[in-house]
Amino acid sequence: MFGRLTLESIPYHEPIIVVTLAVIAIVGLAVVAAITKAGKWQYLWNEWFTSVDHKKLGFMYIAVAMVMLIRGFADAVMMRSQQLLSAAGESGYLPPHHYDQIFTAHGVIMIFFVAMPLVIGLMNIIVPLQIGARDVAFPYLNNLSFWLFVVGVILTNMSLGLGEFGRTGWLAYPPLSGIEASPGVGVDYWIWALQISGVGTTLTGVNFFATILRMRTPSMPMMKMPVFTWASLCANILIIISFPILTVTIALLTLDRYIGTHFFTNDLGGNVMMYVNLIWAWGHPEVYILILPIFGVFSEVTATFSRKKLFGYTSLVWATIVITILAFVVWLHHFFTMGSGANVNAFFGIATMIISIPTGVKIFNWLFTMYKGRIRFTTPMMWTVGFLITFSVGGMTGVLMAVPGADFVLHNSVFLIAHFHNVIIGGVVFGCFAAITYWFPKATGFTMNETWGKRAFICWIVGFLMAFLPLYALGFMGMTRRLSQDLNPEYFPLLAVAAAGTAVIALGVACQFIQIYVSVRDREQNRDLTGDPWGGRTFEWATSSPPPFYNFAHLPKGDVLDGFWYQKQSGEFDPTKEVEYERIHMPKNTPTGIYVSAWALVFGFAMIWYIWWLAAASFVGIIVTCIQHSYNDDVDYYVEVEEIKAIEAERRAQLEEAKKNEVKDNEKKDDLEVTYAN
Amino acid sequence: MEQHLDTGASDYVKGFIVSLILTVIPFYCVWAQVLPDTATYAVLFGCAIVQIFVHFKYFLHMEVKTSEGQWNVVSLMFTAIVVLILIAGSIWIIYNMNVNMKL
Amino acid sequence: MQTNVAAHDHDHHHDSAGNKLFGFWVYLMSDCVLFATLFATYAVLESGSIAGPTGKDIFELPFVFVETMLLLFSSITFGFGMIAMKRKDVAGLKRWLKVTFLLGAGFIGMEVYEFHHLIVEGYGPQESAFLSAFFTLVGTHGLHVTFGLIWLAVGYHQLSTKGLNDNMSMRFQCLSLFWHFLDIVWICVFTIVYLLGVM
Repeated sequence: MFGRLTLESIPYHEPIIVVTLAVIAIVGLAVVAAITKAGKWQYLWNEWFTSVDHKKLGFMYIAVAMVMLIRGFADAVMMRSQQLLSAAGESGYLPPHHYDQIFTAHGVIMIFFVAMPLVIGLMNIIVPLQIGARDVAFPYLNNLSFWLFVVGVILTNMSLGLGEFGRTGWLAYPPLSGIEASPGVGVDYWIWALQISGVGTTLTGVNFFATILRMRTPSMPMMKMPVFTWASLCANILIIISFPILTVTIALLTLDRYIGTHFFTNDLGGNVMMYVNLIWAWGHPEVYILILPIFGVFSEVTATFSRKKLFGYTSLVWATIVITILAFVVWLHHFFTMGSGANVNAFFGIATMIISIPTGVKIFNWLFTMYKGRIRFTTPMMWTVGFLITFSVGGMTGVLMAVPGADFVLHNSVFLIAHFHNVIIGGVVFGCFAAITYWFPKATGFTMNETWGKRAFICWIVGFLMAFLPLYALGFMGMTRRLSQDLNPEYFPLLAVAAAGTAVIALGVACQFIQIYVSVRDREQNRDLTGDPWGGRTFEWATSSPPPFYNFAHLPKGDVLDGFWYQKQSGEFDPTKEVEYERIHMPKNTPTGIYVSAWALVFGFAMIWYIWWLAAASFVGIIVTCIQHSYNDDVDYYVEVEEIKAIEAERRAQLEEAKKNEVKDNEKKDDLEVTYAN
Repeated sequence: MEQHLDTGASDYVKGFIVSLILTVIPFYCVWAQVLPDTATYAVLFGCAIVQIFVHFKYFLHMEVKTSEGQWNVVSLMFTAIVVLILIAGSIWIIYNMNVNMKL
Repeated sequence: MQTNVAAHDHDHHHDSAGNKLFGFWVYLMSDCVLFATLFATYAVLESGSIAGPTGKDIFELPFVFVETMLLLFSSITFGFGMIAMKRKDVAGLKRWLKVTFLLGAGFIGMEVYEFHHLIVEGYGPQESAFLSAFFTLVGTHGLHVTFGLIWLAVGYHQLSTKGLNDNMSMRFQCLSLFWHFLDIVWICVFTIVYLLGVM
């Protein structure tokens, strides 16, 4: 009746887990109670959960990612402390069967449930605004993608309290992840969390690709799109083409585990190496999916805060396209040591070195943008400078490992760990923080607190350097990854520095939470009344903050690069002017995405626990719900002119207030400007 | 793409007849074993590739005259390149792996 | 865009049906990669048959030829249906949809028979890597066709409830893309799996 699910599946013997579950339960109940008390469930359902508005969906992606960041970071703290204790001669508090789940969960959560949703959330909020569109091409699918992602989050977290997670590392290589070596539910949680959220991601790829190509404001040709949009376009191409590989690979592992096929077994003709080959054929494009939009963010931030046109727009676009293509010819560098021989290794090693060149082009473009600009070192700009330094180091260590001979020494050592954390934290994470700080006023209507933002940055960059530079040295000293017991005492000093670094990062995270609290507390003083708090160059800044739900009453003219900037200079952009409005066609909210995802959650759960009748029933539920949805014609409506008039009038009122404040502000000018006077 | 349905039945009939021929030939070659192996491989792949093109042109009405058609073709070509890299790359890699690492 | 809101909006220059058609094409590109991965797996594991039969032992070309014909015929019958749709000939469209469904169901029936026969003989997907890859590749194609049949049936029913409006027309065009795409994948399947397998 319940498959292999029993009361024994709840890990009440493990004190750490029990305490964690208790904390989650208390916090969860507190949140639910607060919402109930405020009577906000109907509001949340109507305005947020069933919303097809890209801005709201993007906001929710980022909110969930931030929560998962806490769990991923907690995993990191546990790993660092266990390793430190072990190197000091202690047995520590995490036996291998627990530690192995932690490093697996850490990787899965950070990549799939922190980095991906941060990037996808940013694309959701900003891309339609930048191209002068009113929503994405397929708003319902957008909502569905979000909820399928949430299902992945739920399944992964459920494993904490019911059963276990995989102990295989974040990519679950067979034969360790096969049914013989991992008969428990851990790998199955991994499988279904990733498969279900992976469908959502693939749909997002199709959605944004179609949106960017077909929904731009009519006057905007492709070579006048903002760089963030270009980068998003390329990232979505990578999603569309690479995620099916992940889907199939996990499906084949699933078949091996569930019905005893021999794709990745050691007997009867199976080939374990094919799994590694396929998973990295997805895995390499995946990291470019994460970093390309971030490169786009830096392009926007650098230009805005250097108050200068971006240097080398065309070369940046072409570099992005080249990276997109080359992303598919380097994947073997993740398994040089698996034994394919010199010819194969040489080809992929050289290809890997070549792909670093377009990235180098970008770095120079950003530096040349800053050169002789009038730089303001706001928080986003500081994250950008931090990125330029750390990412360059990380990239260079990558090129070092692209030399197969060197990789034979360094593969799976903590040198590798240092490298990818270097580029992911220094690149993706710093970039996301820059982007969030930069676009926060647009999304919420008030700016973030600068002081705490800068403190967070200082803590993060110092903490990051302390936590990961020692790992490069440790890698050369021979320390392997994923160790938890009997560590060589020689590693202790550097591991101590790394642990201290983790503590400093924790301070940084604390600063960020304080920053959010202070920003919300002081939001009235920091209202973004103009919609353009930084002097931006692209069309998202042409709207109010936050934008009206239809984004633009009139679609902007996008025939010039940095069109918004020039329209401001020429006076062509004048939002105080009263104009004629027309009805606007908008999609309706819908609960179908939630229903389909709910069925998917039940399906995943049932498959994990071998509850076959429930799996069959929920699978049918998914199909029936989708078919039902196809019968529904009531999916859109028109926004009437009166409503648009009222919203736009409110905007004009805000602009009036802004003008009044400007007079007051000019008296106390904030001087963070750096000018090249010497 | 499919929006130009004014091509009428002739496209479908043409495509069908050519596809039929391009199916019968490889089946016959393999079943009757009339050619040496290498030649048969060539016939098989040749007919398959041509038939795929026939399907794209006569059944899916792919063309490059409109901007939409162009984007369809570009995305198809990019996908085809990646498909080729993935299949050829995997075969090459695993072949080498097997030589060095398997019994 | 959707049927209710028929009025023309000056700002609404977006060709919504075109968007959906293009989006569906893009999804088909992702499906290409899905099949490519399965083909790559098949290519790599095809020699892994030490424990059991090879393609030569289990494939029957006449059977596969009939399956191929069923699918190819269903492609033109669907095409004729699209021509009828363009002429707003709903009865004609329905007729061709029925024929297409029967041909497609025939294809699936034959494939289910083939799989069942193999399993009963002791040549199921668990017996060797080659068989695992064969069943999965051909089976995935069959699952796609089955999904297409469900789509056909639902669309047929919706013609009665909604009539042939712009939205339905766009959906049939998407199904048309899907159906022809599956025939293209089948070309690869019968060539690489069956014909090469028998040599």
